[in-house]
Amino acid sequence: MGFEVLLKGTNFIRLLQGLWVALRISLISVGISIVLGIILGTLMSLKKPVITAVSRVYLEIVRIMPQMVLLFIVFFGFSKAMGLNLPAEASAIIVFSFWGTAEMGDLVRGCLISIPVIQYESSYALGMSKFNTYFYVIIPQIIRRLIPLSINLITRMIKTTSLVMMIGIVEVLKVGQQIIEANRKSSPHAAFGVFATVFLLYFLACWPISRLSKYLEKRWS
Amino acid sequence: MDTEVLRSYLPLFWEALILTVRIGWLGIALAFAIGIITSALLHFKVPVLSAVAKVYIELFRNTPLLVQLFFIYYGLPVLGFQVSAEGCGIAGLGLLGGSYMAETIRSGLDAVPLSQTESALALGMNKRQLFGSIVLPQAFSTSVPALVANVIFLLKETSVFSAISLMDLMFTAKDLIGLYYDTTEALFLLVIFYVIMLLPVSIAGSFIEKKARFRIFG
Amino acid sequence: MGMEKEVLKIEHIHKKFDDLTVLEDVSLTVHEGEIIVIVGPSGCGKSTFLRCLNGLEEINEGHIYIDEEPVNPAGKNITKIRERIGMVFQSYDLFPHKTILENVCLAPVKVQKRKKDEVKEEALKLLERVGLSAKVNSFPRQLSGGQKQRVAIVRALIMHPEVLLFDEVTAALDPEMVREVLDVMLDLAKQKRTMLIVTHEMAFARAVADRVIFLDGGHIVEDADPKQFFDSPKTDRAKKFLSTFEFEEK
Repeated sequence: MGFEVLLKGTNFIRLLQGLWVALRISLISVGISIVLGIILGTLMSLKKPVITAVSRVYLEIVRIMPQMVLLFIVFFGFSKAMGLNLPAEASAIIVFSFWGTAEMGDLVRGCLISIPVIQYESSYALGMSKFNTYFYVIIPQIIRRLIPLSINLITRMIKTTSLVMMIGIVEVLKVGQQIIEANRKSSPHAAFGVFATVFLLYFLACWPISRLSKYLEKRWS
Repeated sequence: MDTEVLRSYLPLFWEALILTVRIGWLGIALAFAIGIITSALLHFKVPVLSAVAKVYIELFRNTPLLVQLFFIYYGLPVLGFQVSAEGCGIAGLGLLGGSYMAETIRSGLDAVPLSQTESALALGMNKRQLFGSIVLPQAFSTSVPALVANVIFLLKETSVFSAISLMDLMFTAKDLIGLYYDTTEALFLLVIFYVIMLLPVSIAGSFIEKKARFRIFG
Repeated sequence: MGMEKEVLKIEHIHKKFDDLTVLEDVSLTVHEGEIIVIVGPSGCGKSTFLRCLNGLEEINEGHIYIDEEPVNPAGKNITKIRERIGMVFQSYDLFPHKTILENVCLAPVKVQKRKKDEVKEEALKLLERVGLSAKVNSFPRQLSGGQKQRVAIVRALIMHPEVLLFDEVTAALDPEMVREVLDVMLDLAKQKRTMLIVTHEMAFARAVADRVIFLDGGHIVEDADPKQFFDSPKTDRAKKFLSTFEFEEK
């Protein structure tokens, strides 16, 4: 079935290293997205007309443009238009952060406006200051809603990073292809074993995280 | 940007758009079918089959479409299952989308309050009448925003089809960049054609969402 | 009394939720045209009792008959039996995706297969009688709680049920809306409909009831005419229950 090829030499280690490339890109992008997303979401919740208009255009671009297209624009387009040659990995991080910030910003905005006014009013009625109200009442509630959603964003980001092979980054799928290519003669069935393994590796990377997100969502809601 | 180049590329992009749209919507139709069946299995807790449905949903929600396509297109032929690139694209999108649709529809079904079921039963309705006239319409109305989001997500996912050598929009753009270095023109047309494909869906989606929300919540 | 036919017969029913016994050996006979009000502290099993009567809850022991026919939730004819027992819930539960008229007409057309025109005509008449002619094409969300509850009553009435069950139908309403719903029920009482009413409105209970059933701890503790029950309850438990509705003056 072609699984034996993975036991040869360092093949399986190389596959895992490929997975790590994808995971590293997604973790960096998620980190950036969370920070920028919180800022964006807070700005959007202020309901200033200019910010609302700009952010609406931004969110709509992200909503309808495939990440793949954005990846091509940054990787091929920027290098041509500005003459600067962005490394593929940097392009990927820029694109995924651009996408993740929009997603995160929308989640933060949703959480902020979902806290009922009565929560603020009842804290003020207890004589709490504005700072205390936010620190003890509002922010803890927002964090509880936000953490499961941001964890969920991590799995979506990991799945999205599989695209980077299309701009030449050697990640797990690409490594898989190389292994199949190199062993074409000795293991003609390698394609099944290798891609089944890649499938499983992605599942093992994402599944625990999405379980955690679901668990926290249930526990804290 | 060279308008002459743009004009000469236009027919290629049209062809690619038609292919992408066809595969995309066939895949989405398949996703709806799989989703409705799977969610019904889960909602009615059908023995054995609902467990299979759960495994399927977890497997396909937690892996990227690109990896699913590689497995179906390059991996399965080893076992003797040869699928055409187009069939593979439709199957992949349908399986991925089915797992998303199933989750969405199931949570819609579960969100219909038990008291709605009880008052329908108290009026003498049988299971079929109850499901068809009371539960399903309400479940669909509440899941409309998520269903629309799924459709848009799936249409965007079609952008990985070029990896299994389907001549879709991405493939065409990549080809032109690689062969002729007309990067700016190719990227411009790529964006324009994705806008043509997705903006109407996005706008129609928001409109349907508003209508559905009004029907339920006013 | 006593001459009318027995519409509903409840014989020694028991109901348990896991280990919790909610109803224990409850028996009751309801005659045609009789209005029975069931009162008792929260958690005494009143709502469960009503829900058993049309098979929304399965009983563990005992029998329920409507006109000699057994009520069995697992039975094939349960939908036929439910057509004959109307029920109105505390939370109205109108169908949010249908207009008021559609809410009322849905079951007679779909379940009883009656003619649309005839059903619509009757629906309009009934809605007019409860003062909702202007709302027939509105959706439930556009109505106040009291209006929704009046629609829910009409939705049950149009099935021509032999018995009507009311489960705390005013409990979720603002005080000023309680009256409009109780008035509809008083009107039904005048028409000599058979009704079982669970309520916390004691003044209403006294005015409308032919018999008052006091349920406590899953048992029928008193079964009396309203004057006797409210003026001189026999048991201490009933006295204690009634005293919770009174306030001493300062």
